[in-house]
Amino acid sequence: MADDVPKESLIELPLTPALAAKPRRRPARRHEKLFFGEGLPYIDVQDLGGKLIVIEGTDGVGRTTHVDALHKWLELDGYAVMTTGLTRSPLLGEAIEAAKNGHNLNVNTFTLLYAADFADRLENQIVPALKAGFVVLADRYMYTAFARAIVRGADRNWVHGVFGFGLQPDIVIYLDATIDTLVHRVLNSDPEYWAMEEAGATIELLDYWESGMDMRLGRDIYDSFINYQKRLLHEFQLMSEEFGFAVIETEQADVEEINKRLRKVIKAIL
Amino acid sequence: MPSSAPQLVVPQLPTHLLRASLHEAHPYTGKLIIVEGIDGSGKSTQLDLLKKFLRSEGYTVFFTEWNSSVIVKETIKRGKKKNLLTPTTFSILHGVDFADRFARYILPPLKAGAIVLADRYVFTAFARDVVRGVHPDWVRNMYSFAVRPDMGFYFRVPIDISLKRILNGRAAIKFHEAGMDLGLHTDIRESFRIFQGRVLDEYDKISEEYGLTIMDATTPIPEQQVVMRAYVRQMLKDYHPKPFVDVPEPSFIAFDRDHIET
Repeated sequence: MADDVPKESLIELPLTPALAAKPRRRPARRHEKLFFGEGLPYIDVQDLGGKLIVIEGTDGVGRTTHVDALHKWLELDGYAVMTTGLTRSPLLGEAIEAAKNGHNLNVNTFTLLYAADFADRLENQIVPALKAGFVVLADRYMYTAFARAIVRGADRNWVHGVFGFGLQPDIVIYLDATIDTLVHRVLNSDPEYWAMEEAGATIELLDYWESGMDMRLGRDIYDSFINYQKRLLHEFQLMSEEFGFAVIETEQADVEEINKRLRKVIKAIL
Repeated sequence: MPSSAPQLVVPQLPTHLLRASLHEAHPYTGKLIIVEGIDGSGKSTQLDLLKKFLRSEGYTVFFTEWNSSVIVKETIKRGKKKNLLTPTTFSILHGVDFADRFARYILPPLKAGAIVLADRYVFTAFARDVVRGVHPDWVRNMYSFAVRPDMGFYFRVPIDISLKRILNGRAAIKFHEAGMDLGLHTDIRESFRIFQGRVLDEYDKISEEYGLTIMDATTPIPEQQVVMRAYVRQMLKDYHPKPFVDVPEPSFIAFDRDHIET
């Protein structure tokens, strides 16, 4: 795919004819093509039941709220559910936090750390859950790792290759929003923050990493946040096309409405 | 695609820097010399002697070794101890270690024109991780950002000699070193023989694939060093240390400082 790229000094996105002509990769049903790439050659995948449902979306889009609600709804409907998310692996959690605090990582190292965390959760949590017939709700999946890496300049083919061991989801639902909504939500998000503020703490509006400050994409953290999130949103748009996401707009809808749409989409594949 | 989609401008890297390759020479003026081999092959001893020799000749020499990056050293150690590592996570974690050291301790000195010595390189992963069960193409892709060494030595040693040397220097063989996590055998020595035997087979294929210079690790230490120095002297004949200054603009910074979009 790197051969498609013209050898001029600047390339412009969005879709060039070369990108538009790229073959689409749909997330296949697991019985069609199990893995994203070479997979995990040493594990037995015969009895993988359950469903793998991925909810993607950038920071501030309300993903985690929806995943929690879906988890409860599915359990009420009688399904065994497991929720998993990025950087929650007991093996890697500490290393990732420490590395982030050190502000010292280059994009390849960063990406591989996430890949290790993902592999750990995939093999130790997701696969066993699927074998036990659980519905696995993934709050984010490989695609967030792709977006973060590519926006930082990682080679697209390389990143896809690294995650070749990943299991294909049964469905990927992408919660889409515009940059305005994201800012609005960031300003209004955590009631916990405001409670801390009442108690005398100083609130930082934006997180360093969620603002792409390792790249310092602007004069201050706000400017960087805007530019970084725009790049991420753009990557997610490209991936929605490439991987066939089910896209749910979160713009004009309230939480209940969005949740209803999510449930409808999920019910269709259960 | 909605019409409000942001127009992103991403500067393209010059073509010769776009893709590092293990099959083509790197464009930098520094020299990368690596050693490979199973534990007990004597490769570290030889590399250390080479380092002292080169420094005594007045060269600027940097050194890096496998599994030494602080980012994952503790995680790997803990993972090994508690048996939390799968072949894939084991492989990726060593990839993290390498990616970090490559970006910090290998590539910058190479660009500055120095000599870099690496005790173990990507070929260690290609051999070990594949024996553990990961896909050979997958692991090669993971390390595809690495540059080709200017000189790669593979210290070839029979299993029994390596076993003897290890046990001379230490009380016991280590669990993962013997591939005990793979359940090959209940006896640790037998497991070592089987596991490292397979690693040796992989190394033979890899030496062929990547043109490594095969060294007889059974001959006396000074003899091996003489051979090694001869090869290195030959390679250094076209070594003219000057800094690489055709540095590309970063590919991700593409904003205009005076007109930030809002």
